[in-house]
Amino acid sequence: MQPLTNKAKQVSRKPMTFAERLYLPAIFKGMMITFSHIFKKKPTINYPEKQRPFSPVFRGLQILNRDEEGRENCTACGLCAVACPAEAITMEAAERQPGEEHLYKEEKYAAKYEINMLRCIFCGLCEEACPKDAIYLSETFTPADYQRKQFIYAKNDLLIPHPKENPEAYQKALGNRATKN
Amino acid sequence: MLLAIDFALIIEKLILIVVVVSASLVIAMYTTFAERKVAAILQDRRGPNRAGPFGLLQPLADGLKLFFKEEIIPNFSSKFLFILGPALAMLTAVMTSAVVPWGDKVQLFDREINLQIADINIGILYVFGVVSMGVYGIMIGSWASNNKFSLLGGLRAASQIISYELAMGISLIALLMVTGTLSLKEMVVQQQAGHWNIIYQPLGFLIFLICAFAECNRTPFDLPEAENELIGGYHTEYSSMKLGFYLFSEYINMFISSVIMATLFFGGYDMPFVNEANFTPNIAAIIGVAALMTKVILFIFLFMWVRWTIPRFRYDQLMHLGWRILIPLALFNMLVTGAAVLYFNR
Amino acid sequence: MNITTFIFILLSVISVGSALMMIASKSPVHSILWLIIVFFTISGHYVLLNAQFLAVVNIIVYAGAIMVLFLFVVMLMNLNAETEPIKNYRLQLVGILSGGSLLLLLVLALMKIDASHQVQMKVGDAGLIKVLGMTLFKNYVLPFEISSVLFLSAMIGAVIIGKKEEKSAN
Repeated sequence: MQPLTNKAKQVSRKPMTFAERLYLPAIFKGMMITFSHIFKKKPTINYPEKQRPFSPVFRGLQILNRDEEGRENCTACGLCAVACPAEAITMEAAERQPGEEHLYKEEKYAAKYEINMLRCIFCGLCEEACPKDAIYLSETFTPADYQRKQFIYAKNDLLIPHPKENPEAYQKALGNRATKN
Repeated sequence: MLLAIDFALIIEKLILIVVVVSASLVIAMYTTFAERKVAAILQDRRGPNRAGPFGLLQPLADGLKLFFKEEIIPNFSSKFLFILGPALAMLTAVMTSAVVPWGDKVQLFDREINLQIADINIGILYVFGVVSMGVYGIMIGSWASNNKFSLLGGLRAASQIISYELAMGISLIALLMVTGTLSLKEMVVQQQAGHWNIIYQPLGFLIFLICAFAECNRTPFDLPEAENELIGGYHTEYSSMKLGFYLFSEYINMFISSVIMATLFFGGYDMPFVNEANFTPNIAAIIGVAALMTKVILFIFLFMWVRWTIPRFRYDQLMHLGWRILIPLALFNMLVTGAAVLYFNR
Repeated sequence: MNITTFIFILLSVISVGSALMMIASKSPVHSILWLIIVFFTISGHYVLLNAQFLAVVNIIVYAGAIMVLFLFVVMLMNLNAETEPIKNYRLQLVGILSGGSLLLLLVLALMKIDASHQVQMKVGDAGLIKVLGMTLFKNYVLPFEISSVLFLSAMIGAVIIGKKEEKSAN
């Protein structure tokens, strides 16, 4: 068969010469190789102190967005749930009562919004489906937990911090995706 | 009579024993840390660096963890022997340090204190005897575990140590021909005055080094605890501090054999190119201890360096190396040394 | 009673006791462990007699090498109290007879010894390495060399056996 590359090396089956059978030169050579690795740069990053930057297309944990006045964007239209290939999203809609205008942006809102993080595949289709820019994938990942039910994230787990009451946390949660707003 | 008790001498020796034993324990502790660090550095990693500054408290954390682990004694084991095994391993590992000359004399409280616990005139034979005892800890522990993997590990340890003891002994005989004494102290004094023994016995040193690796069960000769064939080898069934004793005794063995090699072949506490007579005795002793420790650290590094470079031998290769290469080589070395001693002393 | 006598008595009691235990214990492995203790106490006796070289060589050779081989074989064959074959009466009788005659011989030899002629502890240098070397290499050169050649040939024989096996495998 024609070899695809010329990298293949024929194994030499010749009996070893006396110098080779002494082994010590070979061992010494090997030890020199490991010794040279002392001076090499270490690729490891000291994780919690130093973090690798996420790539701009990274898709992490979902966040439910608010507008600048802190009103929830979501209108519980259900497009994200339809788009979701893993069927991880469930929601219940409710109508905005008078006096709740400062809480919800539009007349309809999600009373219950849950994402099962064990099902979610972080494809980002919910983000693409959302007409109201209410959900997007952030730059964090789901932390580990001991119980399955802890992985069903309810609305208060997903909601972004209030931009007026807690502006710093809001900016932090928004991350680099802030340009989207 | 033995009963000529000199209380000051007894107290002096007791303090020396406590210092030497605790020092070797601390050094062994930090050798475990150094092992992980060296392994990491040789493999382009960082190694433990979380516990304390630069991870310096890591050995304490490891020890604590072993201490708090659940103690398990298998049902069908003989309980006394199961406990005796690691105790013996630890005992024999520490006992060797009794005859090592750690430094020259120190002047303290109007006393001249010899930095050696016992200067017996059969020093090197004592070391040899204790080393040959070392295998009992492993064998008894492995048999008492009542586990086939443990037993295999113990049998491997026994046959390996016996095979390599032969070559080690013969290479030592050649060294003894050159030095003409069995006392470690006298050997160091000789090397201080003349040249280091490595110049006279390069081949003997090489054989001794390889045998020391085998006696310490270090890679490439770590077949008794080969993880991928025997689970954990002789300490498969052990847990908690008993396992800790086994692991620890291995590192103490490594430390002690480094000390022995430094003493036998590299001048012990002799600092090269420095005339100790120019200093006061105390400073000279400190320089001596520092010189010995530097050599020991280099040897320990060599142990680790080899471990993280060379893969484990196959069992038949191990026996082949021991019986068919090292023993004839050591015999040859002995013959040549004997001839040379005869020729030059005439 | 001075300390030497005390140590002597202690060592003797331990060595005789563990020798008895070695015979009495059912499991071969325990027997061997008792025997190792016997060797240690005998080495202690050597030290008391000012023969350090003999003491250490006793430990290296008997306790360190031969006993390890014993233990090795017993562990490898997994001998224990259950697998031990039951000996028949005739064999037991022969064993008692031969052991008894050996005991008789020892007792007779002991009776001949003058009781006032006690062992001298910590004196004499017959066991020190220099004296021993001089004796071996001056007075008994020929027997010593012959026996050393014997041992060397045994060792070389082991190497040859190792070599032969590989050739037949190829």
